Amino acid sequence: MALSRLSLRSNNPFLKPTATSLPPSTRRHVSTDTTPITIETAAPFTSHQCDAPSRSVSTSSAEILSFFRDMARMRRMEIAADSLYKAKMIRGFCHLYDGQEALAVGMEAAITRRDAIITSYRDHCTFLGRGGELVDAFSELMGRKRGCSDGKGGSMHFYKKDASFYGGHGIVGAQIPLGCGLAFAQKYSKEENVTFVLYGDGAANQGQLFEALNIAALWDLPAILVCENNHYGMGTATWRSAKSPAYFKRGDYVPGLKVDGMDVLAVKQACKFAKEHALKNGPIILEMDTYRYHGHSMSDPGSTYRTRDEVSGVRQVRDPIERVRKLLLSHDIATEKELKDMEKEVRKEVDDAVAQAKECPTPEASELFTNMYVKDCGVESFGADRKELKVTLP
Amino acid sequence: MAARIHGGAGAGAATALSTFNPKKLVAPSRTNLPAARSSKRYIVAAAGSDASKKSLRVGHSQKLIANAAVATKADTSATTGTGHELLLFEALQEGLEEEMDRDPHVCVMGEDVGHYGGSYKVTKGLADKFGDLRVLDTPICENAFTGMGIGAAMTGLRPVIEGMNMGFLLLAFNQISNNCGMLHYTSGGQFTIPVVIRGPGGVGRQLGAEHSQRLESYFQSIPGIQMVACSTPYNAKGLMKAAIRSENPVILFEHVLLYNLKEKIPDEEYICNLEEAEMVRPGEHITILTYSRMRYHVMQAAKTLVNKGYDPEVIDIRSLKPFDLYMIGNSVKKTHRVLIVEECMRTGGIGASLTAAINENFHDYLDAPVMCLSSQDVPTPYAGTLEEWTVVQPAQIVTAVEQLCQ
Repeated sequence: MALSRLSLRSNNPFLKPTATSLPPSTRRHVSTDTTPITIETAAPFTSHQCDAPSRSVSTSSAEILSFFRDMARMRRMEIAADSLYKAKMIRGFCHLYDGQEALAVGMEAAITRRDAIITSYRDHCTFLGRGGELVDAFSELMGRKRGCSDGKGGSMHFYKKDASFYGGHGIVGAQIPLGCGLAFAQKYSKEENVTFVLYGDGAANQGQLFEALNIAALWDLPAILVCENNHYGMGTATWRSAKSPAYFKRGDYVPGLKVDGMDVLAVKQACKFAKEHALKNGPIILEMDTYRYHGHSMSDPGSTYRTRDEVSGVRQVRDPIERVRKLLLSHDIATEKELKDMEKEVRKEVDDAVAQAKECPTPEASELFTNMYVKDCGVESFGADRKELKVTLP
Repeated sequence: MAARIHGGAGAGAATALSTFNPKKLVAPSRTNLPAARSSKRYIVAAAGSDASKKSLRVGHSQKLIANAAVATKADTSATTGTGHELLLFEALQEGLEEEMDRDPHVCVMGEDVGHYGGSYKVTKGLADKFGDLRVLDTPICENAFTGMGIGAAMTGLRPVIEGMNMGFLLLAFNQISNNCGMLHYTSGGQFTIPVVIRGPGGVGRQLGAEHSQRLESYFQSIPGIQMVACSTPYNAKGLMKAAIRSENPVILFEHVLLYNLKEKIPDEEYICNLEEAEMVRPGEHITILTYSRMRYHVMQAAKTLVNKGYDPEVIDIRSLKPFDLYMIGNSVKKTHRVLIVEECMRTGGIGASLTAAINENFHDYLDAPVMCLSSQDVPTPYAGTLEEWTVVQPAQIVTAVEQLCQ
């Protein structure tokens, strides 16, 4: 397949930022063709109470290339976060998503920014997928004012309202009813949008999941519940925590689909299918079979409950970025060197963002009391220093 | 037609939160829903003046109550028109209905609120009028439907979530504390959560321990929420409307035993200020702070006290979070003695926080220690006589006042 010239008028939304940031030396060789090509997913879908979608995914060279770049960026960001945490620039809890990038990227490819996403605390990459800036992410992680939540949220509380990204929630499973509420609001205002409610295999045992699922099915809400099954609920493997680890079947009356979550094209196909389904028939559960390389969080080495061989085995056989790299090479969309250069650029992008974030100031002391109430009321909040904050009578 | 904010709920426009801002009612992203009807301008009714009002906050207009003890009547009545008489639950329903008419983003969710009409009839008739999508019968899953209401509010809807009994909301505590209270802050102001969580609580008539809980003491620490307690049909309607219009999450505490109180309320539209307390009976000798059902026990005790020659000032604090320390402080400045009468338990209740706040802020004005009469720290027993003993009775209030005023 001949390599075509870079077309700046490509209509793939993901390509636009990429196109303008590529230095001239690489532009010549990289394919940015948007003609549709069809690729078969590696594994079939398993379905419950519905027909599985076809394995043939319609995509394009440009799109696959954008997948590569976006996943590489996410991977790089998480690794940078790892170093920052070890350097004590990020404190508290830090839950990393590396290994699961295909999920965030594949989902974005199937939906619009008006569809809502809500997820748990492993939200850095989802935030990035929704259009979040690297600088905002790192600033938030380091507690700077520039952060996406003004530095007051932290790793577990990334939000991006204009992109319909509703966070970022620390309590396991609590985002599921919130997500069904988002779907309810979408139905209420008669918008043809859906909500993707992400949760993990650990949260799949929460009662509120079943409560919310019942209501969603009862009221026909356009909610898609996505179980990111990375096989470990912190330190407990799924076989030790769930009597029935077929999470996609647990909805019983709600249809489900099991998807290879490390295959970005399969994820894209499943999300597209799910969106169409949810708009017509109400909720559906997607179980994404995925894996995280890091431990549950930075405080967890990730090796006490699983062997290093297992982790490296998955990395060799199922790594999402490697898969896309092989796809790009085998379809002659890009050369080895171009991909390596792209990764270098992404690395530089991330390093620059980290440096920029490090320069950002921390929030002012007065920020402690802002955004407590809307139109922060004239009544003063009582702080630790009572001398400063007392009510004075006129 | 201009609406008025009547005395007793008078608005000091310069102070505290203005809960009313018509421009904020329509979230810009919700293009499919029609905008709320443009609202009327509110003017503050200038009431008659009285010498004893000089110590009260400037701009605080209110109708003065005669110094005779007032038994159970609320202080206000319409200054124009005849008004109409109704029961407290009807007042709540009126407020809710008016707000649902006014703003299509308002919806109600809860158990049996729709077809059944509400277990205390607060939502009676609303499902027929507004349909199933706006008055939602939920299954029995407080955690989930409270969370759903909060999620819907993040997008701009304004759900009114009913807990059939406040005690059931303990199951939704995680959602109320972590999501309702904190999302505005942790998202850096991106999301507002304009929910109203309401329901009856308090000690009823032999309902048993689990159905007689006072959740205001558990919720009061949650940062980011506001709590109000209604006690008369007048303030019930006003607070309901204000709570729905507020951009902040508001928990509206009703009381199981107060739903059948009858009062005449104005015909024209009005709202009460969420952060203000209500002056029930001005006085000189002692400040009695109370809220919800205990207001009536206090007023009953006040009758006895007046006969004995005391002149208590009774304030219904109404706003449980934040406290209206302006009105309370001015009162303490005047009387120098404080008695708090509440239905919460002694440990960790609203009274405990109020005592601390008064001691810290107004210590110099006090001639005697702040006394707090609360319910006993026991699960509410079933037996009628024992149940009576758990809550504060008027006789105890009289004794306490006599003790403080020695």
